[in-house]
Amino acid sequence: MKTLKQKMYLFFTSILSLFFVTSCETVREYQKNRLNDSEMALSTRRAEKNELNFMSYKEGASGANGGKTGGGCGCN
Amino acid sequence: MKKISLTLIGLYLLFLHGFSQVTDQYSNIFKAKKLKLTEVNLVSSYYNQDGNHSAVTGGIGTEKLTDLANMLELKLVGYGETGLKHTILAGIGLDHHTAASQKYISKTGASSPDGTRVYPSVNWTVENEDKGTEFGVGTYLSNEYNYKSFSLDAHVGYKNKTGGEFGLKTSAYWDQVVLIYPSELIPTASTDVTPYNIDVIKTSASKSSGGTTSSGGYTFHNESSIPTSPRNTYTSSFTYSQVLNKSAQMAILLDLVKQDGWLGLPFHRVFFTDGTEKIENLPHSRFKIPLGFRFNYFSGDNLIVRSYYRYYTDDWGLTSHTASLELPYKITPFFSISPFYRYYTQTATKYFAPYMKHAPTDTYFTSNYTAAAFNSSFFGTGFRIAPPNGIGDTYLSTLEIRVGHYTQTTDLNSNVISFHFTWK
Repeated sequence: MKTLKQKMYLFFTSILSLFFVTSCETVREYQKNRLNDSEMALSTRRAEKNELNFMSYKEGASGANGGKTGGGCGCN
Repeated sequence: MKKISLTLIGLYLLFLHGFSQVTDQYSNIFKAKKLKLTEVNLVSSYYNQDGNHSAVTGGIGTEKLTDLANMLELKLVGYGETGLKHTILAGIGLDHHTAASQKYISKTGASSPDGTRVYPSVNWTVENEDKGTEFGVGTYLSNEYNYKSFSLDAHVGYKNKTGGEFGLKTSAYWDQVVLIYPSELIPTASTDVTPYNIDVIKTSASKSSGGTTSSGGYTFHNESSIPTSPRNTYTSSFTYSQVLNKSAQMAILLDLVKQDGWLGLPFHRVFFTDGTEKIENLPHSRFKIPLGFRFNYFSGDNLIVRSYYRYYTDDWGLTSHTASLELPYKITPFFSISPFYRYYTQTATKYFAPYMKHAPTDTYFTSNYTAAAFNSSFFGTGFRIAPPNGIGDTYLSTLEIRVGHYTQTTDLNSNVISFHFTWK
């Protein structure tokens, strides 16, 4: 059974390794038409707001989605 | 933990220092532009659920609930004398719910089954578009009959020239849990004893006027006469996003969340193996770590792959995995359809047991199925229309509709439909 300290270590190691394994290429502004498409946004949609809200009421986990991670409305 | 805190403070000071270096050269080029309303967003949702494990009735009983939620947000953008971009987001939300279990806060089923929540918020962000830095602050307020919340947050961001973007946001929530107990468990000292010795807790904010009133042998405890207990939440959120190539980008999201205070809800009953009954009792501290990863890919000319994975763990023993996939398909450049699927699984916390399974000797106990082991699935479809000249040549630039169905292995089922309108 892993302790919380061991789990935290695992998290940070995972994050660091992701930085190292990521290979990127330079993309110029005029080449970003696909990346700038609204469907490509790296965030939850506004229309998902209330879906995330009810999930935070009905599930034990929340957070890491760019939204609220505590407080308000008696949930998580 | 001290090292993490010091690192956070250091990063904050670094970004603040960056903003102090506003050079005079821009003041000659830019002309200030007053704040102007550039966008209005309205999100409306209707949600209904049914299940049979309500925490109000100790892990058994109806979970029927409906919720109508509306959120209006205004976006104002302007430029200062030095060329800094100022963005203000001002929003207000209004939710109204009806919950069948809420009636049974009173043993007789006489509590009000509905409630309303109002939650305004304001955020202000200053961005240096040349340097790729930003700094912002925000505040949020939420008020409903059994829960009050106030929060402040601050965030910084930095974009580099290779398509990377780093963000750090810290938030603090100072909440108040209104101590509405199940009627049969109200501490004697705070109970107005009537000749009939029956208490009814009013649970609708609209009916609050303070104090207690008696009518027909019932004692009505109005909202403002009921004591509260604090719940504090401190969150640090780190995000790093990176453009990988012309068609792919990813983001890593990490939250560190510390909570203390009253972390249960006082109207959740727990029934023990010997037949006795108490309100749920949970530790007064919780530390949570969710770590998320997003990867989006534009495949061909029409298909986009939106993927998300989250690992979560906390010191109450709950571990969960969340994976979701959404595939927006562009039928035309301005109309897309987006089927989605989300899978979620979690282990139980150390403090959960079902109805009448807790031993009377347990220190901490809850029968709230949010803390149980289960899996869930959520699937549905989204539709998005965003023509270049607005819908019907009006200011309504985008309409998005999402319909979803949610199931849990605890037998909970729910449906949700959401509408998002954007005017520009």
